[in-house]
Amino acid sequence: MSVLVYVEQADGKFKKSVFEAVSYAKAIADQNNTSLTAISIGNVESNELKELGKYGAAKVLNVSSSQLTNFVNQAYASIIAEAATKEGAELVVLSNSFSGKGLAPRIAVKLKAGLIDGAVELPKIDGAFSVKKTAFSGKAFAITELTSVNKVIALNPNAFGVKEAPVETVIEDFSPEIKQGDLSAIIKEIVRATNKVSLPDAELVVSAGRGLKGPENWGMIEELANLLGAATACSKPVSDSDWRPHSEHVGQTGITISPNLYIAIGISGAIQHLAGVSSSKVIVVINKDAEAPFFKVADYGIVGDAFEVVPKLIEALKAHKG
Amino acid sequence: MKILVCISNVPDTTTKITFTNDNTQFNTSGVQFIVNPYDEIALSKAIELSEGGKGTVTVLNVGESSTDPTIRKALAIGADDAVRINALPRDAYFTAFQIAQYAKTNDFDMILCGRESIDYNGSQVAAMVGEFLDIPSISIVKKLEYDGTTATLEREIEGGKEVVSITGKFIASCSEGVAEPKIPNMRGIMSARSKPLLVVEAQEIEAVSNIASFETPPPRGSVKLIPSDNAEDLINLLHQEAKVI
Repeated sequence: MSVLVYVEQADGKFKKSVFEAVSYAKAIADQNNTSLTAISIGNVESNELKELGKYGAAKVLNVSSSQLTNFVNQAYASIIAEAATKEGAELVVLSNSFSGKGLAPRIAVKLKAGLIDGAVELPKIDGAFSVKKTAFSGKAFAITELTSVNKVIALNPNAFGVKEAPVETVIEDFSPEIKQGDLSAIIKEIVRATNKVSLPDAELVVSAGRGLKGPENWGMIEELANLLGAATACSKPVSDSDWRPHSEHVGQTGITISPNLYIAIGISGAIQHLAGVSSSKVIVVINKDAEAPFFKVADYGIVGDAFEVVPKLIEALKAHKG
Repeated sequence: MKILVCISNVPDTTTKITFTNDNTQFNTSGVQFIVNPYDEIALSKAIELSEGGKGTVTVLNVGESSTDPTIRKALAIGADDAVRINALPRDAYFTAFQIAQYAKTNDFDMILCGRESIDYNGSQVAAMVGEFLDIPSISIVKKLEYDGTTATLEREIEGGKEVVSITGKFIASCSEGVAEPKIPNMRGIMSARSKPLLVVEAQEIEAVSNIASFETPPPRGSVKLIPSDNAEDLINLLHQEAKVI
């Protein structure tokens, strides 16, 4: 049983979360004494494809048909399912990105496969095949068993880490037949901000809440984030008031993240918000109110006025860099 | 125009999550259940699109009779009628299959649901239904416009968005921004009781997954407080002690 990993590309490049998926797939392939094949769809140069060898992909199926340059989950699912069957791969791994979430379920239905959406650990194979994944929007984990022959696992960003396992890579052109009916969704426009760190993938996050009093005060949050190379995030009331875009809303009805560092500024720590960040490795809380519930789950805390504390942190970071 | 909205019955967002039976089951004792918040957004959008006699909205839930109160809440918000497929929503594959079987025999122009349910966070059902029905699916939509034949959707991607156009049937899973959740008014609440709620038997399909057990995140240690006068010490601690920067 070989393993197939779908490597999502953006503008011809693979992100860290994709290399994480390859490392994860490689670890499972090793667990099973089998090989790892990657499948890439879109315009990716062979230099970039060869990078996959660093993380253990012995073969890369390169699907470069011009009809498939843009991501259409219906078409991509057909191609990946066909590749899985061709390679005899009973397990398909991919990154649980926004595109991955729209793609993995379609692959699963095509292959009659159980799907783990949001894996945080390697599978345990002791009679049953089970994988730990996030549940209850970050308040718990579910150990989910897949009982089907074919299986699909979508790995959460920043859950596994990138591990080098260099092998010789062979790049093979793969040109399966494309069903025209699979291409009925037409991509009109793609907008991608290249200068900001994307929140779901971010290792470092600076987040702020109502304590900032108004959207005009976010300059220092963005400055702190820039100095750290961090993504920015916010609490629900801030997103509901349109002080910040909905995509920054972290919490039970926003997104769940698991960065290495989460700095929460002026956020009291309602149960719904905590759910979204409970898997963060280190949590820092800065709040004027010593009784703020967030301090109960913080690793480091500063009881103080954000408008005094944050500028001090900015100065300290600038001093380090200078 | 006929719109189908899939709704899921979930624990309210303030619920403290605990497990029973040796951590194999979610403890429902004392838990308030609600319409999944993202499904409410989808429902609100569907009502907006069908207002003024343009069409009808049917809500569908896969669940046992305990979900009827939640279905009535959806009717109170403004759906025209409801269907409950009588079965426990075993996993997304099973749930999506039931929805697809129902949709196959009833002609809908579009199917809307929430991007994920706040209990299992699968984000699976919409795309699975799309695959079972062989129609396009767009997941995690932030904006949706419909002119009667063509839908223009914006879906979330890392660092931005993608704008997609579809003519014909489709299914979309909705995120924040698609619509403001509608609050049921008195008339809605009164009429919810008499709106049709049809119960349909589920169809069999092989099981592909099950949840063996649950775990709660490990408790965190106590907080190390840094005096605000020495706030800059935090940077050193994060670098040298925590090693995260």
